[in-house]
Amino acid sequence: MIKYLLIIVAVIGMAFMFYPLVEEYSVATGLNDLANTYVYGSVKDLNMPNTVTAVVVTYRGLDTLGEVTVLFLATAGVGFLLRRKRKNSETRRHGSEILQTGAAFMSPLIILLGVYIFSHGHLSPGGGFQGGVVIASGILLLVLARVDFKFSHGIIHFSESLSGVGYVIMGVLGLLLLGVSSFLDPRYLPMGEYLYLFSSGAVPVIYSFIGLKVGSELSSVIDSMQAGGCDQ
Amino acid sequence: MPDILALILLLLLSIIAAVYAIYTKRTLSAVIASGIISLSASIIFLIYGAPDVAMTEATIGAGLTTVVFLYALKQTKGGDDD
Repeated sequence: MIKYLLIIVAVIGMAFMFYPLVEEYSVATGLNDLANTYVYGSVKDLNMPNTVTAVVVTYRGLDTLGEVTVLFLATAGVGFLLRRKRKNSETRRHGSEILQTGAAFMSPLIILLGVYIFSHGHLSPGGGFQGGVVIASGILLLVLARVDFKFSHGIIHFSESLSGVGYVIMGVLGLLLLGVSSFLDPRYLPMGEYLYLFSSGAVPVIYSFIGLKVGSELSSVIDSMQAGGCDQ
Repeated sequence: MPDILALILLLLLSIIAAVYAIYTKRTLSAVIASGIISLSASIIFLIYGAPDVAMTEATIGAGLTTVVFLYALKQTKGGDDD
Protein backbone atom coordinates (compact mmCIF):
# COMPACT_ATOMS: atom_id res chain seq x y z
CA MET A 1 0.00 0.00 0.00
CA ILE A 2 2.74 2.43 1.02
CA LYS A 3 4.60 1.40 -2.15
CA TYR A 4 1.75 2.51 -4.43
CA LEU A 5 1.42 5.74 -2.46
CA LEU A 6 5.11 6.47 -3.00
CA ILE A 7 4.77 5.72 -6.72
CA ILE A 8 1.86 8.16 -7.01
CA VAL A 9 3.81 10.82 -5.12
CA ALA A 10 6.79 10.31 -7.43
CA VAL A 11 4.60 10.60 -10.54
CA ILE A 12 2.99 13.79 -9.24
CA GLY A 13 6.44 15.20 -8.45
CA MET A 14 7.64 14.45 -11.98
CA ALA A 15 4.51 16.08 -13.42
CA PHE A 16 5.13 19.15 -11.27
CA MET A 17 8.74 19.37 -12.47
CA PHE A 18 7.88 19.02 -16.16
CA TYR A 19 4.75 21.18 -16.15
CA PRO A 20 6.62 24.44 -17.01
CA LEU A 21 7.99 22.77 -20.15
CA VAL A 22 4.47 21.98 -21.37
CA GLU A 23 3.13 25.39 -20.38
CA GLU A 24 5.83 27.39 -22.16
CA TYR A 25 5.83 25.22 -25.27
CA SER A 26 4.97 26.88 -28.54
CA VAL A 27 5.58 25.70 -32.08
CA ALA A 28 8.76 27.27 -33.46
CA THR A 29 8.12 29.46 -36.50
CA GLY A 30 11.74 30.00 -37.50
CA LEU A 31 15.31 29.21 -36.61
CA ASN A 32 16.77 30.96 -33.59
CA ASP A 33 20.04 32.91 -33.73
CA LEU A 34 22.32 29.98 -32.93
CA ALA A 35 20.66 27.74 -35.52
CA ASN A 36 20.90 30.52 -38.09
CA THR A 37 24.62 30.84 -37.43
CA TYR A 38 25.12 27.11 -37.88
CA VAL A 39 22.91 26.69 -40.97
CA TYR A 40 24.28 29.63 -42.94
CA GLY A 41 27.82 29.53 -41.53
CA SER A 42 28.32 25.90 -42.49
CA VAL A 43 27.87 26.80 -46.15
CA LYS A 44 29.42 30.27 -46.11
CA ASP A 45 32.44 29.77 -43.84
CA LEU A 46 33.07 26.05 -44.10
CA ASN A 47 31.89 25.26 -47.65
CA MET A 48 30.01 22.23 -46.37
CA PRO A 49 26.49 21.14 -47.37
CA ASN A 50 25.93 18.85 -44.36
CA THR A 51 25.16 21.10 -41.40
CA VAL A 52 25.11 18.19 -38.96
CA THR A 53 28.73 17.37 -39.77
CA ALA A 54 29.64 21.05 -39.50
CA VAL A 55 28.23 21.15 -35.98
CA VAL A 56 29.67 17.81 -34.89
CA VAL A 57 33.19 18.22 -36.26
CA THR A 58 33.78 21.95 -36.24
CA TYR A 59 31.46 24.00 -34.02
CA ARG A 60 31.26 21.32 -31.34
CA GLY A 61 34.54 19.57 -32.17
CA LEU A 62 35.74 19.46 -28.59
CA ASP A 63 32.60 17.53 -27.60
CA THR A 64 33.32 15.02 -30.35
CA LEU A 65 36.87 14.61 -29.06
CA GLY A 66 35.37 13.89 -25.63
CA GLU A 67 32.95 11.36 -27.11
CA VAL A 68 35.77 9.54 -28.86
CA THR A 69 37.66 9.47 -25.56
CA VAL A 70 34.62 8.02 -23.77
CA LEU A 71 34.31 5.33 -26.43
CA PHE A 72 38.02 4.56 -26.08
CA LEU A 73 37.70 4.17 -22.30
CA ALA A 74 34.66 1.91 -22.70
CA THR A 75 36.57 -0.26 -25.18
CA ALA A 76 39.56 -0.42 -22.86
CA GLY A 77 37.25 -1.52 -20.03
CA VAL A 78 35.65 -4.26 -22.12
CA GLY A 79 39.04 -5.44 -23.30
CA PHE A 80 40.36 -5.52 -19.75
CA LEU A 81 37.38 -7.36 -18.26
CA LEU A 82 36.94 -9.88 -21.06
CA ARG A 83 40.49 -10.95 -21.66
CA ARG A 84 41.08 -13.77 -24.05
CA LYS A 85 41.58 -16.72 -21.73
CA ARG A 86 42.32 -19.70 -23.89
CA LYS A 87 41.96 -20.88 -27.42
CA ASN A 88 38.33 -21.91 -27.75
CA SER A 89 37.86 -22.16 -31.47
CA GLU A 90 37.25 -25.91 -31.16
CA THR A 91 34.12 -25.42 -29.10
CA ARG A 92 32.42 -23.12 -31.62
CA ARG A 93 30.41 -24.39 -34.52
CA HIS A 94 31.02 -23.23 -38.05
CA GLY A 95 28.43 -20.94 -39.58
CA SER A 96 26.05 -22.50 -42.06
CA GLU A 97 26.87 -22.70 -45.76
CA ILE A 98 24.52 -19.81 -46.55
CA LEU A 99 26.09 -17.62 -43.86
CA GLN A 100 29.64 -18.41 -45.00
CA THR A 101 28.92 -17.72 -48.67
CA GLY A 102 26.94 -14.60 -47.86
CA ALA A 103 29.65 -13.30 -45.55
CA ALA A 104 32.35 -13.87 -48.16
CA PHE A 105 30.30 -11.89 -50.66
CA MET A 106 28.87 -9.17 -48.41
CA SER A 107 31.69 -8.29 -45.98
CA PRO A 108 33.94 -6.45 -48.45
CA LEU A 109 30.91 -4.50 -49.71
CA ILE A 110 29.81 -3.60 -46.17
CA ILE A 111 33.32 -2.41 -45.26
CA LEU A 112 33.46 -0.41 -48.50
CA LEU A 113 30.10 1.18 -47.63
CA GLY A 114 31.48 2.12 -44.22
CA VAL A 115 34.52 3.78 -45.80
CA TYR A 116 32.20 5.62 -48.20
CA ILE A 117 30.01 6.85 -45.35
CA PHE A 118 32.85 8.28 -43.29
CA SER A 119 34.81 9.74 -46.18
CA HIS A 120 31.69 11.50 -47.52
CA GLY A 121 30.55 12.65 -44.10
CA HIS A 122 30.74 16.32 -45.06
CA LEU A 123 28.65 15.85 -48.21
CA SER A 124 25.97 13.27 -47.42
CA PRO A 125 24.27 11.99 -44.25
CA GLY A 126 26.48 9.96 -41.99
CA GLY A 127 30.01 10.39 -40.79
CA GLY A 128 32.75 8.89 -38.71
CA PHE A 129 30.64 7.21 -36.07
CA GLN A 130 28.13 5.69 -38.48
CA GLY A 131 30.81 4.57 -40.94
CA GLY A 132 32.86 3.05 -38.13
CA VAL A 133 29.89 1.05 -36.86
CA VAL A 134 29.13 -0.17 -40.39
CA ILE A 135 32.75 -1.37 -40.71
CA ALA A 136 32.46 -3.12 -37.35
CA SER A 137 29.28 -4.88 -38.52
CA GLY A 138 31.15 -6.16 -41.58
CA ILE A 139 33.84 -7.55 -39.25
CA LEU A 140 31.07 -9.04 -37.10
CA LEU A 141 29.65 -10.89 -40.12
CA LEU A 142 33.07 -12.42 -40.76
CA VAL A 143 33.47 -13.37 -37.08
CA LEU A 144 30.03 -15.03 -37.07
CA ALA A 145 30.57 -16.94 -40.29
CA ARG A 146 34.07 -18.31 -39.86
CA VAL A 147 35.46 -19.95 -36.75
CA ASP A 148 39.04 -19.59 -37.94
CA PHE A 149 38.71 -15.88 -38.73
CA LYS A 150 41.21 -13.87 -36.73
CA PHE A 151 42.17 -10.32 -37.37
CA SER A 152 45.52 -9.04 -36.31
CA HIS A 153 45.30 -7.25 -32.98
CA GLY A 154 48.49 -5.42 -33.79
CA ILE A 155 46.92 -3.78 -36.84
CA ILE A 156 43.72 -2.96 -34.94
CA HIS A 157 45.57 -1.33 -32.06
CA PHE A 158 47.95 0.46 -34.42
CA SER A 159 45.15 1.97 -36.53
CA GLU A 160 43.23 2.94 -33.40
CA SER A 161 46.21 4.69 -31.80
CA LEU A 162 47.25 6.28 -35.08
CA SER A 163 43.80 7.72 -35.76
CA GLY A 164 43.43 8.97 -32.19
CA VAL A 165 46.79 10.74 -32.33
CA GLY A 166 46.00 12.00 -35.84
CA TYR A 167 42.72 13.53 -34.67
CA VAL A 168 44.45 15.46 -31.90
CA ILE A 169 47.27 16.50 -34.27
CA MET A 170 44.72 17.85 -36.77
CA GLY A 171 43.19 19.86 -33.96
CA VAL A 172 46.52 21.23 -32.73
CA LEU A 173 47.52 22.15 -36.31
CA GLY A 174 44.56 24.52 -36.37
CA LEU A 175 45.82 26.02 -33.14
CA LEU A 176 49.30 26.51 -34.61
CA LEU A 177 48.35 27.75 -38.07
CA LEU A 178 45.29 29.88 -37.35
CA GLY A 179 46.15 31.29 -33.95
CA VAL A 180 44.65 30.89 -30.50
CA SER A 181 41.06 29.76 -29.91
CA SER A 182 40.97 27.81 -33.15
CA PHE A 183 41.51 24.29 -31.84
CA LEU A 184 39.88 21.88 -34.33
CA ASP A 185 39.19 24.69 -36.78
CA PRO A 186 39.42 22.95 -40.19
CA ARG A 187 40.08 26.02 -42.30
CA TYR A 188 43.87 25.68 -42.53
CA LEU A 189 43.56 23.23 -45.44
CA PRO A 190 42.24 24.54 -48.79
CA MET A 191 38.46 24.84 -48.83
CA GLY A 192 38.14 23.37 -52.33
CA GLU A 193 35.05 23.50 -54.49
CA TYR A 194 31.57 23.18 -53.03
CA LEU A 195 30.17 19.61 -53.12
CA TYR A 196 33.52 18.03 -54.05
CA LEU A 197 35.12 15.26 -52.03
CA PHE A 198 38.26 17.22 -51.18
CA SER A 199 36.55 20.31 -49.85
CA SER A 200 35.74 22.08 -46.59
CA GLY A 201 39.27 22.01 -45.20
CA ALA A 202 40.37 19.32 -42.79
CA VAL A 203 36.88 17.93 -42.10
CA PRO A 204 37.16 14.82 -44.36
CA VAL A 205 40.54 13.99 -42.82
CA ILE A 206 39.24 14.40 -39.27
CA TYR A 207 36.11 12.35 -39.99
CA SER A 208 38.19 9.62 -41.62
CA PHE A 209 40.31 9.45 -38.46
CA ILE A 210 37.15 9.24 -36.34
CA GLY A 211 35.74 6.52 -38.61
CA LEU A 212 38.91 4.44 -38.42
CA LYS A 213 39.05 4.86 -34.65
CA VAL A 214 35.42 3.91 -34.04
CA GLY A 215 35.62 1.00 -36.47
CA SER A 216 38.70 -0.52 -34.89
CA GLU A 217 37.43 0.05 -31.36
CA LEU A 218 34.07 -1.61 -31.99
CA SER A 219 35.75 -4.47 -33.86
CA SER A 220 37.95 -5.12 -30.87
CA VAL A 221 34.85 -4.96 -28.60
CA ILE A 222 33.17 -7.60 -30.78
CA ASP A 223 36.29 -9.74 -30.68
CA SER A 224 36.55 -9.48 -26.89
CA MET A 225 32.85 -10.28 -26.41
CA GLN A 226 33.15 -13.25 -28.72
CA ALA A 227 36.36 -14.69 -27.35
CA GLY A 228 36.55 -13.71 -23.71
CA GLY A 229 35.40 -15.75 -20.77
CA CYS A 230 33.85 -18.59 -22.74
CA ASP A 231 35.47 -21.36 -20.72
CA GLN A 232 34.63 -21.41 -17.06
CA MET B 1 -0.95 11.97 -44.69
CA PRO B 2 0.82 8.66 -45.46
CA ASP B 3 3.63 9.95 -43.24
CA ILE B 4 1.24 10.31 -40.31
CA LEU B 5 -0.14 6.84 -40.94
CA ALA B 6 3.34 5.31 -41.05
CA LEU B 7 4.29 7.20 -37.89
CA ILE B 8 1.24 5.89 -36.01
CA LEU B 9 1.93 2.34 -37.18
CA LEU B 10 5.60 2.52 -36.17
CA LEU B 11 4.81 4.01 -32.77
CA LEU B 12 2.21 1.30 -32.14
CA LEU B 13 4.77 -1.31 -33.18
CA SER B 14 7.35 0.09 -30.76
CA ILE B 15 4.85 0.20 -27.89
CA ILE B 16 3.78 -3.39 -28.53
CA ALA B 17 7.42 -4.53 -28.78
CA ALA B 18 8.30 -2.68 -25.54
CA VAL B 19 5.44 -4.25 -23.60
CA TYR B 20 6.32 -7.65 -25.05
CA ALA B 21 9.99 -7.20 -24.07
CA ILE B 22 8.98 -6.54 -20.48
CA TYR B 23 6.46 -9.32 -20.08
CA THR B 24 8.01 -12.16 -22.05
CA LYS B 25 9.70 -14.99 -20.16
CA ARG B 26 12.34 -15.68 -22.82
CA THR B 27 15.33 -13.32 -22.66
CA LEU B 28 16.16 -13.93 -26.32
CA SER B 29 12.73 -12.69 -27.39
CA ALA B 30 13.17 -9.59 -25.22
CA VAL B 31 16.49 -8.81 -26.92
CA ILE B 32 14.92 -9.18 -30.38
CA ALA B 33 11.99 -6.97 -29.33
CA SER B 34 14.33 -4.22 -28.16
CA GLY B 35 16.03 -4.45 -31.55
CA ILE B 36 12.61 -3.94 -33.20
CA ILE B 37 12.08 -0.82 -31.06
CA SER B 38 15.40 0.62 -32.27
CA LEU B 39 14.59 -0.19 -35.89
CA SER B 40 11.19 1.50 -35.80
CA ALA B 41 12.72 4.48 -33.99
CA SER B 42 15.27 4.82 -36.79
CA ILE B 43 12.50 4.80 -39.43
CA ILE B 44 10.66 7.47 -37.41
CA PHE B 45 13.85 9.63 -37.41
CA LEU B 46 14.08 9.14 -41.17
CA ILE B 47 10.47 10.27 -41.68
CA TYR B 48 11.17 13.37 -39.60
CA GLY B 49 14.12 14.21 -41.88
CA ALA B 50 17.09 13.29 -39.68
CA PRO B 51 19.02 10.72 -41.74
CA ASP B 52 22.19 11.10 -39.65
CA VAL B 53 20.45 10.12 -36.44
CA ALA B 54 18.51 7.40 -38.26
CA MET B 55 21.75 5.88 -39.50
CA THR B 56 23.25 5.90 -36.01
CA GLU B 57 20.13 4.40 -34.47
CA ALA B 58 19.86 1.66 -37.10
CA THR B 59 23.50 0.59 -36.89
CA ILE B 60 24.14 0.95 -33.17
CA GLY B 61 20.67 0.40 -31.71
CA ALA B 62 19.35 -2.31 -33.95
CA GLY B 63 22.60 -3.90 -35.06
CA LEU B 64 25.45 -3.71 -32.63
CA THR B 65 23.56 -3.51 -29.32
CA THR B 66 21.47 -6.56 -30.19
CA VAL B 67 24.56 -8.56 -31.02
CA VAL B 68 26.36 -7.47 -27.85
CA PHE B 69 23.28 -8.45 -25.82
CA LEU B 70 23.22 -11.84 -27.55
CA TYR B 71 26.91 -12.43 -26.75
CA ALA B 72 26.32 -11.42 -23.14
CA LEU B 73 23.31 -13.74 -22.99
CA LYS B 74 25.38 -16.61 -24.33
CA GLN B 75 28.20 -16.03 -21.86
CA THR B 76 26.06 -15.62 -18.77
CA LYS B 77 23.91 -18.62 -19.75
CA GLY B 78 21.06 -16.41 -18.62
CA GLY B 79 18.52 -17.27 -21.27
CA ASP B 80 15.91 -19.94 -20.75
CA ASP B 81 16.80 -21.26 -24.18
CA ASP B 82 20.41 -21.44 -25.20
